[in-house]
Amino acid sequence: MQGSTIDTAQSPLNYPSEAGGHHEDHPDHRIFGILVFLFAEGMIFAGLFLAYLTFRAVTPVWPPAGTPERELLLPGINTLILIASSFVLHRGDTAIKNNDTKGMRLWFGITAVMGAIFLAGQLYEYSNLEFGLKTNLYASTFYVLTGFHGLHVLFGLVLILAVLWRSRQEGHYSSSSHFGIEAAEIYWHFVDVIWIILFLLLYLL
Amino acid sequence: MTQVDIPASVPAQSSPHAEAERKWTDFFTFNSDHKVIGIQYLVTSFVFYLIGGALATAIRTELATPPSDFVSPDFYNGMLTLHGTIMIFLWVVPAGAGLANYLIPLMIGAKDMAFPKINALAFWMIVAGGALLLSSFWLETPQSGWTSYPPLSLVSGKVGEGIWIFSLLILGTSSILGALNFVVTIIKMRVPSMGIYQMPLFCWSMLAAGLLILTGTPVLAGALILLAFDLLAGTAFFNPTGGGDPVVYQHMFWFYSHPAVYIMILPLFGAISEILPVHSRKPIFGYRAIAYSSMIISFLGLIVWAHHMFTSGTPAWLRMFFMIATMIIAVPTGIKVFGWLATIWGGKIQLNSAMLFALGFIATFVIGGITGVMIASVPFDIHVHDTYFIVAHIHYVLFGGSVFGIYAALYHWFPKMTGRMMNETWGRIHFGLTFVGMNLTFMPMHELGLLGMNRRVAMYDPRFADLNVLCTIGSYILAVSTVPFIVNALWSWFKGKLAGDNPWNALTLEWQTTSPPAIENFEGVPVLTTGPYDYGKTNEALESPSTDTPVLSS
Repeated sequence: MQGSTIDTAQSPLNYPSEAGGHHEDHPDHRIFGILVFLFAEGMIFAGLFLAYLTFRAVTPVWPPAGTPERELLLPGINTLILIASSFVLHRGDTAIKNNDTKGMRLWFGITAVMGAIFLAGQLYEYSNLEFGLKTNLYASTFYVLTGFHGLHVLFGLVLILAVLWRSRQEGHYSSSSHFGIEAAEIYWHFVDVIWIILFLLLYLL
Repeated sequence: MTQVDIPASVPAQSSPHAEAERKWTDFFTFNSDHKVIGIQYLVTSFVFYLIGGALATAIRTELATPPSDFVSPDFYNGMLTLHGTIMIFLWVVPAGAGLANYLIPLMIGAKDMAFPKINALAFWMIVAGGALLLSSFWLETPQSGWTSYPPLSLVSGKVGEGIWIFSLLILGTSSILGALNFVVTIIKMRVPSMGIYQMPLFCWSMLAAGLLILTGTPVLAGALILLAFDLLAGTAFFNPTGGGDPVVYQHMFWFYSHPAVYIMILPLFGAISEILPVHSRKPIFGYRAIAYSSMIISFLGLIVWAHHMFTSGTPAWLRMFFMIATMIIAVPTGIKVFGWLATIWGGKIQLNSAMLFALGFIATFVIGGITGVMIASVPFDIHVHDTYFIVAHIHYVLFGGSVFGIYAALYHWFPKMTGRMMNETWGRIHFGLTFVGMNLTFMPMHELGLLGMNRRVAMYDPRFADLNVLCTIGSYILAVSTVPFIVNALWSWFKGKLAGDNPWNALTLEWQTTSPPAIENFEGVPVLTTGPYDYGKTNEALESPSTDTPVLSS
């Protein structure tokens, strides 16, 4: 109602004059934006999971007769590595909140190695499986679901490496400004949770 | 006089935007201003509307006579597929996104969307996806309809179907990125003085539509990914000969594509809720009822998809659930229609072009809504499934609803977007032609459907010939009806009467800034002093806007 309620920090005189120059992402809303985006991303997986469960329900024998036995040891170890990496990554987040860039780099570096081991393990599993993409419906869903998830792990790995790359510059991240670190962490946890569901569905159920 | 207080210490002449004018070339670049993007969306989608409309005219020309004599049946299938796909994914959905882009930040007093670059990316993905889809005219047209059910879509041409799938993946991603912006912006970026219940109803309906896009579109993407594997890599997810299940595709497809009809109508529900109070000079009737009904429609829209699949072997108990849930959607929709009618009841109605289209929207949309309840009923739906009755229904809601709503919105906000009024006489001619053409094209299809004429086929039984001639004449009137609009819009954009900031004496925030708005939208942060629909209410602190008669262009 009063002129005094107008935020003087946003006085029109402070606007840059270049056309469209100010149009930057709104920093306060980026985390919320990532959560909304991951909700949508989660819906793709939800759709694929439900498709998998339906295929399973309408097929008389699951996995279809003739599907070779699946090895559980390697995927199990892989799963433990991925789950553990989420905790390792979180230590990096804690470190940067104490302004400890070195510690953050260490924990992020370890997570990157763990993520790379997971991906390598998955590729190794692919190359040793006795069924291919087209063998039967189970095999197709197995490859597409784990492959689609693997792409997400790869993207998460790229995010972590990007954080490591940027943090070479002194003071790029600090306890008060570390959006990139938080974003990478949220994404990595998301990928981790998806894998747990996927592991239950494809290997244990 | 206005809803916004601007400190007196900022003289109007010292506008810092004086030298920061929009150049026309900005509209052809990767610009992150939501107003530029909004207009880019609207113009681009209108171009696709004309392409889709040309296809519709060709389809009706083919159907003017029973035999297949105008184009080859294969090409007819291609035109049919592209008509549906273009009208949905490249016209109504992006036109709604265009209105949302233009209006949301202005209505809530923000300078821009939350993520302007993602916003620009979303627009340019529409261009890329649209260009890819159109390339199929030269390579190979997709043949299996906009639903692309397997196994048909797996055997009707790899190139065309592949183009269709990847085009839709691009357009779907664009839609998700757009919705991300709408939802975050509406929730987080309202001016401090605007609580959620002071928010214009358009924002409520875009919130509802945005949540639907974020929930539904990814599932369609999942279906398309699996379909692409079946088509290109030889898997058998949806191919019964390899042990797959085509019905799973139908479930995933309709989990998006039923909500898609709400994604296409909710923005226009919102626009109508803005337009009616302004041109009736009355407060909206039942603000909260209309706001909540948007959210309820959004939720119910997610749990009714299998009513498209009553003939796909859906078990009886599931049919019952989907039938009842579908019929319940008529309740929140009816609440809205009731609210709109009560808003104009006894109002000082200005029958200008925007209002005519808004009233036309109510009239035709309600017919589509009633047939919607009819086909929600399982026994009736089994009778009319895949007939022209369905075609009539969908065009009454999508043309009589969405397209009329888009036209109403364009006439209403054109003065804000361009700073100039559209010509009223030509606007009324446009409305008359559209209203007559629309009803002449689609009303006879109800009867054709009841008589058993199948949709999606180039040929039909000669006993349907007479009514089909009527439909074809109607479609030609519709084709002609776009001409006065295009001429009017182009002419008015450059030569129209200057509009001033607030030609309709409206109260929502977008009318409280200049026309077209400055690059930063508002000088300072606007502070609300009245509700968005307080027409005719006395406000001691203000000179009531309702005492002024709105200006009409001549």
